[in-house]
Amino acid sequence: MIDLIQMIVNGVAVGSSYALMGLAMVIIYKTSEVPNFAQGEMALISSFFAMMLLTSFNMSLYLAFFLTFVFAVLLGFFLEFAILRRAKEPNILGMIVITIGIEMIILGFVSWKFGADQKTMPFPIGPYDSFIIGDIFVSKLEVLTLVAALLLMTTLYLFFRYSKLGLAMKATQQNSVAAQIVGVRTNRIMMMTWGISSLVGAVAGLLISPTIMQPFMMWDPMLKGFAAAVMGGMTSLPGVIVAAYMLGIIENLFGGYISIEFKTVVAFVIIVLVLCVKPSGLFARHYIKKV
Amino acid sequence: MESSFFLVDHLSISFGGIKALQNISFTMNKGEIFSVIGPNGAGKTTLFNCISGLYKPDQGNIQFKGNSIENKKPDTIARMGIARTFQNIELFSHMNTMENIMLGRHIHMKTGVFKGMFLWGKSSFAGKEEIVHRERVEEIIDFLELQNVRDKFVGALPYGTQKLIELGRALALEPDLLLLDEPCAGMNSEEKQDMIFWIKDIQDELGISILLIEHDMKMVMDISSRVLAINFGKQVTLGSPEEVQQNKEVLKAYIGEEN
Repeated sequence: MIDLIQMIVNGVAVGSSYALMGLAMVIIYKTSEVPNFAQGEMALISSFFAMMLLTSFNMSLYLAFFLTFVFAVLLGFFLEFAILRRAKEPNILGMIVITIGIEMIILGFVSWKFGADQKTMPFPIGPYDSFIIGDIFVSKLEVLTLVAALLLMTTLYLFFRYSKLGLAMKATQQNSVAAQIVGVRTNRIMMMTWGISSLVGAVAGLLISPTIMQPFMMWDPMLKGFAAAVMGGMTSLPGVIVAAYMLGIIENLFGGYISIEFKTVVAFVIIVLVLCVKPSGLFARHYIKKV
Repeated sequence: MESSFFLVDHLSISFGGIKALQNISFTMNKGEIFSVIGPNGAGKTTLFNCISGLYKPDQGNIQFKGNSIENKKPDTIARMGIARTFQNIELFSHMNTMENIMLGRHIHMKTGVFKGMFLWGKSSFAGKEEIVHRERVEEIIDFLELQNVRDKFVGALPYGTQKLIELGRALALEPDLLLLDEPCAGMNSEEKQDMIFWIKDIQDELGISILLIEHDMKMVMDISSRVLAINFGKQVTLGSPEEVQQNKEVLKAYIGEEN
């Protein structure tokens, strides 16, 4: 029983970082229908930027994190403005290939600039500090990740639901011609989307970096986040969150009870199953344009 | 020369080998209902798409209130005061009527990201602004008698109602010039009558100038002060409804030779 609870708790914790990465992907997908495969590397470079500020410039943690968030938003703006917007007569496949290109460029840059050896980010909470409740271990970092994820999700939800920009984003996604006709600057909306998405990714990156920092650190969370996004239907914010936590828990239970070796593969088996049974995702309200 | 309210000057556009519009020129006065007629494929909607910035004309110029709209993006043109509806409805089909019309208020709302995020409640800037705009939206909903569909998703509503909602959204922009692309297509005679009534109201009460594409000749002759007839992208004639109605080429091209 204790094992089970422990596994579920760990699953929830790891699910939070999947949820953040998944959210970041869904935010871009919602407005442009492009799965952004550079998401992980955008978070990666933001994390290394924070590391650089902390170690080379000896900045305080708060200042460094604040500047990192600014950097992440600007990075999102830049990639959208300088690269994706320049694509001539873009189709979705082309855009996906562009994001994969961006991913490789950033990965190469980070490996070259910061080295491929394993590091950890100096952070007041170490990866092994934990609370012990009864017989259950919960790492403090995991709790922080969970809290940060929940806070960010609530903010995003309120933002998309109630702000003028949120409505404009929804409009751009549903019918971008009509959005332009009523005066929505769809280009700017796209840029905003990339900025916000990059910021969400950076939070995930920063919360992973105290445990491990190396150029491939974001691959697993990114792919699992993507898996969660697909499971959740790619366009639903609550969907990706629920799916990410489910994925985290299932993965841990599978690892604990069945096979630790195949633990990370489970996510993809689940994707295959979901796509066979319910191709539009578990939580998608699937829209078909009439007329 | 005094600049006119709205001017299209030698407008041409082609798609590959097809010359969709050739040397179209006309001017519109403020407060006028100006109709464009022509058979299917004559280039009427292409003309609208050029005006609203969705297409970039190859040659010619379009001026609105003395400003050229050349190379302006659709959203900039919307901000200049030109709103439109589409022949094939372009609504946000998974939002309700209220939200759709509210989006028409987008250009009038000043709340940006930060104000929207940090000010909450009815007394905040964002809250006050929201109330003002919602009132305007309610007025439009009352005007077009859309009360019973206010909270329904528009995708599932009847065609005629969707056309009305699109008109409502265009009105929410508070434009000076309204482009209506076949507002009565697919409507029964009763709905048509209502639409004609509303279009006249929009002209009289709101003082909005209207550029209209319509196939219903009776309606066109009824409400428009001047008519432009085009065929195969070329200007056939331009004049008062009576003049256009009697033009031989119009009769041949559009109404049919028996008449």
